[in-house]
Amino acid sequence: MSDPNEHTHIDSVGTYIKILVALLVATGLTSWVANIDLGPFSTIVALGIATAKMTLVALFFMHIRHSTKLTKLVVVGGLLWLAILLLLTMTDFATRGILGVPGK
Amino acid sequence: MADHAHTETLALRVQFDDEAQQKDASTLGMWIFLITEIMFFGGMFAVYTVYRNFYPTVFAIASSSLNEVIGALNTGVLLLSSFTMVMAVRAGQLGQSKAIVWFLILTLLFGGVFLGVKAYEWNEKFEEHHIPGQAAFHLEGVAPADQGHAQLFFSIYFAMTGLHALHMIIGVGILLTLIVQANKGRFSASYYTPVDVAGLYWHFVDIIWIFLFPLLYLIDRHLGK
Repeated sequence: MSDPNEHTHIDSVGTYIKILVALLVATGLTSWVANIDLGPFSTIVALGIATAKMTLVALFFMHIRHSTKLTKLVVVGGLLWLAILLLLTMTDFATRGILGVPGK
Repeated sequence: MADHAHTETLALRVQFDDEAQQKDASTLGMWIFLITEIMFFGGMFAVYTVYRNFYPTVFAIASSSLNEVIGALNTGVLLLSSFTMVMAVRAGQLGQSKAIVWFLILTLLFGGVFLGVKAYEWNEKFEEHHIPGQAAFHLEGVAPADQGHAQLFFSIYFAMTGLHALHMIIGVGILLTLIVQANKGRFSASYYTPVDVAGLYWHFVDIIWIFLFPLLYLIDRHLGK
């Protein structure tokens, strides 16, 4: 039988510690920036930081960067469906009432 | 078929060609499950988005009534638990069965701290009469006509953090099972798939919280100053 670790990439402890520190710093940053008035950009910044944190967790802690192409495709496909769910729902709510109802 | 004949082990069931193929199949299967979970939580995030768009000011005031410092510290605790979880998986990759047990116990500990803090926060909401549906519900700084919309925020808050906490509790059960199995020496460098797959679940729950924290705790905090 072939060596089971032949295809397994083992990251160093240092890599994981760096990711953890980055995640903790990002948590502090998002808490701090929430107290500053950025207008409508507050939400964009908050979601941007959260997305960056998600990407770090997925790529390193969930080993996506070492995963097979099929697994990567499934993950991206899943996020695409989530985008359809959120975007198409919001196109409805954002455009209701734009056109008047005839006879009303 | 003859060259596929092999002795069946945990790491290599009879239906797979080799251990790498079995491992990839397990990982893919877990991700498919996690996608269904993303869609499950996605519905709640959609509800949140719609109502926050309807009542942005009330949501901002209600959000500012949550304790931001406790929320941030608890996020840190959860991130720490994700770190110890990935260290348990790494110990599995290296075949260090004792280290797997210890890192799983640490993960369980941090997960328990998170749930404990969450329980404290929920209790605080009860004491402040911030429970939706309560006759005594009252959110300071919100007009009487908007109290219902504030209740809506807290309904979403309890539903989302509650669903997240439920996933954590299930995760605690999974961790306990793994700790018992790891302690019996079931896992090795050639077979640690349950630890790996449970790790994916634990990190997924972490990612949900990464979004819940800014969306629930940090809406326009500057308005309150």
